Amino acid sequence: MSEQAIKTGGHLQSIVHDWSDQKQAFHVPWGKLMMWIFLISDTFIFSCFLVGYMSVRMTTTDPWPYPSEVFALNLFGHTVPLILIAIMTFILITSSGTMALAVRYAHFRDKKKIALLMYITALFGASFVGMQAFEWTKLIGEGVRPWGNPFGAPQFGSAFFMITGFHGLHVSVGVLYLSIVATKVLNGVYDKKNNYDIIEITGLYWHFVDLVWVFIFAFFYLW
Amino acid sequence: MAHEASHAATIGAAPAEATAEQHPIGVYLKVWLLLFVLSTFSYLVDYFEFHGIVRWSLIIIFMLLKAGFIIAIFMHVMWERMALITAILGPPVVLLVLIGLMSSEGKYVFGTRVDHLGQPQAAARVHVSEVHKAEKAEH
Repeated sequence: MSEQAIKTGGHLQSIVHDWSDQKQAFHVPWGKLMMWIFLISDTFIFSCFLVGYMSVRMTTTDPWPYPSEVFALNLFGHTVPLILIAIMTFILITSSGTMALAVRYAHFRDKKKIALLMYITALFGASFVGMQAFEWTKLIGEGVRPWGNPFGAPQFGSAFFMITGFHGLHVSVGVLYLSIVATKVLNGVYDKKNNYDIIEITGLYWHFVDLVWVFIFAFFYLW
Repeated sequence: MAHEASHAATIGAAPAEATAEQHPIGVYLKVWLLLFVLSTFSYLVDYFEFHGIVRWSLIIIFMLLKAGFIIAIFMHVMWERMALITAILGPPVVLLVLIGLMSSEGKYVFGTRVDHLGQPQAAARVHVSEVHKAEKAEH
């Protein structure tokens, strides 16, 4: 491996260099690369849902409900539009921030800080799922079903349950994943392996869940 | 790129050293704050009831900015080598083709429903409060 070639070449040169390498094209831990491959495939799954939602919304001749009214909450006697979704968005961003800090402390192998930040992240994730459960309960109580709802196009219900359900499943799995890894950090499992890559890998998954929410928030709740 | 060169220099080193690169904590805190601000902006787009092209473009701009910062900083893509960056960001670009095809198909299907099934071109949207009022009147 000639380091000089990378130092002198530009970005394009570095691609050529990496892909013509004899052993490996991607100079990252294998687990991280596998997580990226999983996340790219997950991108396609979520995109299929969102494009499917776009298709039914474009083709329906029934009126589409106003999401900001459907997801409004009554607070202190005022109806605040979309407030629960906004709170959920802020919670997920906060959890992404604590996760980013956990990844940072993984570089120093500071076990207590890593585990604490990951548990906090998991706690935010759990509260997100809790709010989603509340939101589902509220909508089901108002008669929203995957096959119809009182506010307009029946496709609204199917898209809502499908997309938020699948995202909520990702968050729930993420909470489990974070808790397991954080516990293993405290038990010193990664000290024995002398490898803390798993924190960054878990972080990638968690940030991806936040990333997907950005798109759901924009296309489903705001559009 | 100085960063890339230093990264390349660590390739042959022990794994512990290779992952030892750290970024100042301020980067994360700043991006965190920025994401909060951008989310507030997107919420305000709805709160102040912007409509039409202004609404769509604001939603899209804030969404792309948020997504960009999450991918670049939180997911560390900014600091990866170009071979990995292109492998990550390249494949999803084909989704634009799917979106384009499905939206053109969607317009066509909508047109046939209006033309041949006699369905309304633009049905009136119903406010949630009206639905609740109607429900109360029934009981």
